[in-house]
Amino acid sequence: MKSLIDILDLSVEEIDSLIKTSEDSIGNPGDYADACRRKKLATLFFEPSTRTRLSFEAAMYELGGNVLSVAGGGTSSAAKGESVADTAKVVSCYADIIAIRHPKEGAAYVAAQNATVPVINAGDGGHCHPTQTLADLLTIKREKGGFSGLTVGVCGDLKFGRTVHSLINALSRYDGMKFVLISPEELKVPSYVKNETLKKKGIPYEQTTDMSDALPELDILYMTRIQKERFFNEEDYLRLKDTYILTPDKLRNARHDLCIMHPLPRVNEISVAVDSDPRACYFRQALNGKYIRMALILMLLERAVKI
Amino acid sequence: MNIDSIRNGVVIDHIKAGSGMRLCRLLGLDDTELTVAIIRNVTSAKMGRKDIIKIDSVTSVNLDLIGYVDPGATVNIIRNGQVSEKLSLDFPEKLVNVIKCKNPRCITSCEQELPHIFRLTDRKSGEYRCIYCETKA
Repeated sequence: MKSLIDILDLSVEEIDSLIKTSEDSIGNPGDYADACRRKKLATLFFEPSTRTRLSFEAAMYELGGNVLSVAGGGTSSAAKGESVADTAKVVSCYADIIAIRHPKEGAAYVAAQNATVPVINAGDGGHCHPTQTLADLLTIKREKGGFSGLTVGVCGDLKFGRTVHSLINALSRYDGMKFVLISPEELKVPSYVKNETLKKKGIPYEQTTDMSDALPELDILYMTRIQKERFFNEEDYLRLKDTYILTPDKLRNARHDLCIMHPLPRVNEISVAVDSDPRACYFRQALNGKYIRMALILMLLERAVKI
Repeated sequence: MNIDSIRNGVVIDHIKAGSGMRLCRLLGLDDTELTVAIIRNVTSAKMGRKDIIKIDSVTSVNLDLIGYVDPGATVNIIRNGQVSEKLSLDFPEKLVNVIKCKNPRCITSCEQELPHIFRLTDRKSGEYRCIYCETKA
């Protein structure tokens, strides 16, 4: 039984296979409509979420399965002090697969150690969010045709942004990547990401605080939100939250085939006026999240659809 | 200064000078009824200065913990006044309940029953990371 806790739990071949399945399900939805019939997905969300929870649930419905849902720790036994380990054991009795989001780092790992069904990490605090990375990879594949030779700019909160760390880890396994890390001094990529991934693999990268300077060379611009919930001190959040705001004016010097991505939700880091620019991919990225989660559920439940 | 040799017991030798007291505390030897001697700043041909811990009883000591604090230390088991076993140490692959994760966002900070487990991520520098949140020890 396999679970997905960290994007690196999946080999490049497995990721390629998930992308292939997702693309097939987009073209042939009918072939997938009953693939998970009589199977139940439990979504245990102990932290707010719209996209991730709904896309998991939509994915399961698209596969003909059913969903059991706990949203918000206040409505479950966690409010009575039940441990993650016990919750995972109990929910395994009712569901065939679990997607869990929890504010504490490592919670999904604990759930996977104790569950008797596959567990998917739908975000554990600031640590990992592998299904967002899978959605990002599917988006890059669909928008750019592949992963080789891309210059990827990541912008915003690179310190606490779990999606950024996972994306850098995942993309660093492909050839010819280059990263431009755009952030305020206080929110730079942690040194362990640079040392253990970029430097170790000899991947070229630049660090800058200036988004406009970096824009012209980028194939992909991955914007992130400065996350209020990751700060212990509100003053720091207020000081940093408006550092980067992408506007149509700033995009004038960008490539015509730039792919603008964002894991969403956005606050104000991408102006609404950018939404109508064909280079804005973030809503297509959200849709891709459903398709890649369908492929992941199929893989973990070992329900193959012949492609 | 003379410390009596022991007939049956454990000698933790070649401890980096200055680490003996900490190791003693971590091994719980500061809170035991066993006879324990901590000898600090002993002259050593190899190390210049070293610390030694002598326990006057053949008791089990946590080798993982000693390896984590000082992989250069040696552990000698003494029986009938003779060294019956000489154990060399290295950084253990895994530490279970030896150190605690200091990350307030880690699941171990709120679920008290969970074991604190760290894995060795870089043998050269002796770096350990929490298996739950990957925070450095």
